Amino acid sequence: MDPELATTIAFYVFALLAIAGSVGVVANKNPVASAMCLVATFVAVAGLYLTLSATFLAAVQILVYAGAIMVLFLFVIMLLNLSHETFEGISVRRTMGGAIAFAFIFISIGLLWGTGPKPGEAMSVRPGTGLEIGRTFLKDYVFPFEMASLLLLVAMIGAIVLARRPKLVGGDR
Amino acid sequence: MSVFHYYVVAAILFSIGAGGFLLRRNLLVMFMSVELMLNAANLCLVAASSSFDLARGSSFALVSIAVAAAEVGVGLAIIIAWFRLRPSVDAGDLQELRG
Amino acid sequence: MSNDTVYLIASLVKAVVIFLAGVHVVPILVILERRISAWVQFRIGPNRVGPLGLFQPLADLVKFISKEDFRPATASPMLFGLGPILTALPPFLVLAMIPLAPSIEIGGRQLALSVVDTDLGLLFVVALSSLSVYGLAIGGWSSDNKYSLLGGLRSSAQMVSYELALGLSALAVVAIAGSVSLPEIVAQQSQFIGFAENGRWAGWNVFAQPLAFILFLIAGFAETNRLPFDLPEAESELVGGYHTEYGGTKFALFFMGEYVAMLAISLMISILFLGGWHFPGDKAVIDWAVGLVGAEGAAISWVTALIGHLALLAKVGFFLFLFIQIRWTLPRFRYDQLMTLGWKVLLPLATANLLLTGAVVSWS
Repeated sequence: MDPELATTIAFYVFALLAIAGSVGVVANKNPVASAMCLVATFVAVAGLYLTLSATFLAAVQILVYAGAIMVLFLFVIMLLNLSHETFEGISVRRTMGGAIAFAFIFISIGLLWGTGPKPGEAMSVRPGTGLEIGRTFLKDYVFPFEMASLLLLVAMIGAIVLARRPKLVGGDR
Repeated sequence: MSVFHYYVVAAILFSIGAGGFLLRRNLLVMFMSVELMLNAANLCLVAASSSFDLARGSSFALVSIAVAAAEVGVGLAIIIAWFRLRPSVDAGDLQELRG
Repeated sequence: MSNDTVYLIASLVKAVVIFLAGVHVVPILVILERRISAWVQFRIGPNRVGPLGLFQPLADLVKFISKEDFRPATASPMLFGLGPILTALPPFLVLAMIPLAPSIEIGGRQLALSVVDTDLGLLFVVALSSLSVYGLAIGGWSSDNKYSLLGGLRSSAQMVSYELALGLSALAVVAIAGSVSLPEIVAQQSQFIGFAENGRWAGWNVFAQPLAFILFLIAGFAETNRLPFDLPEAESELVGGYHTEYGGTKFALFFMGEYVAMLAISLMISILFLGGWHFPGDKAVIDWAVGLVGAEGAAISWVTALIGHLALLAKVGFFLFLFIQIRWTLPRFRYDQLMTLGWKVLLPLATANLLLTGAVVSWS
């Protein structure tokens, strides 16, 4: 089997899975089902990274998005026990929002068609191995790298401060 | 495959995310739609990085994943804090700041 | 046949073999678990079905399949069915990343003996093993039962907490080996104890990283939900935890996921810390075996792979025994103790260990 053909098939499978999953996120009435659809989307996007040979980013995508972020989402949904949610109905304003978003698909693809790369253009498939990304970070972008870690620390402290139960004055609950 | 195809997928994902953010009222689902948009942007970055043969785009995608992790931690903490104040996750109920 | 076709066929064969091996380890572990638990508790254990009771898992299987496929009326049908599948799937994906023996030579090409031949093996193992939490959480939530929900909640919090210690202690090994590729991590541990010519550690990592080894082992227990960390299914508190409402084949899938995860984590411990397929005096043994069968050319790599595989299996067998033995020896943690251990003991220790290792590696 031709590797080129295999990549093409994998691209279409993952792209369709990603789009179906994202529609599921938006259209599901049940927030847990939405979250699971989002997990499927993230895994599919990781698959798209694989078709771009971005193996390192695919691993990070699964590790961080599917493995940590969505578990947190699921945990919060289950903690708040939002089991019986209904779709909130349609108002004029929100229908307009949906229409704008739908139009945006065509606008962006049209813009791409006008100014971006053409569908036929071949691409070199080398988005940077883990080694190259590491070098880029530790040589050229040390400062942003350190800022990202600082940001994570601040976010961690912030999340703990925000989510902890406020101490009630005069006795406990 | 050409990079165009990846951009189209990213555009569709981004639009669905934007549509979800505008259509839904559930705070958690809105937040998930934001994540969807972030992912679409990341996909663009990686595809571009791949077509220009640079590791920089991938590095930037990595930073944006880290930022997304931080954002989700704080955002979910805010939702929990809000839920404690008033047991609802409907965005329409968020009117405390209205004068 | 072109090279690509050969590669494709080899990959498919490897995938099927690893899948079948994973599935068939489950009944062996079931009978071992029951016999070892009986041995720990001075009982005899199941000994009626077949010789020495060896066919007991087969009888269990028949029971699982013939049971009614029950679903609570208020459970959401799709998510309820998804739970067990999502629990059983990730451990197999992890198995696909793990090399089981040194690569062999076939038709003049090197063939790695892992289903997926990637140089980011460790990263994918950590990433994929974290996915098994969804099955437990979804299964617990969709059962629409307060005990199941608590089990699902507990499992997601526990997995997220212990993943950190697991990843950080594995990173200390990566710092020593200078690679996240599993075959390279094994190659770095080619001697039992000792340094390579360039002054880097070349012995088993358990001697260079005893703390990381213990942390990885503890976090591994927690990740597989085995006692003393089986709080998601604590039967004396939560009836059955996340699988309270499950029966028949679906319950068997949860069961299978747990045992395959145990196998995967035992493999990972052996590869990261115990030299994988290396053992003291392995070169002499391989030379002797090669002389014995009169192998030459590519056949030498086959003999090496076979002996290496048996050595790895012996180490894995030891850890599986340890897993079972500890389950029937230690009592369960309380939930606050679990969280304290994860966040206030394991995580700081793993971080300190990683910093120290990084300092030593970059200094030397």
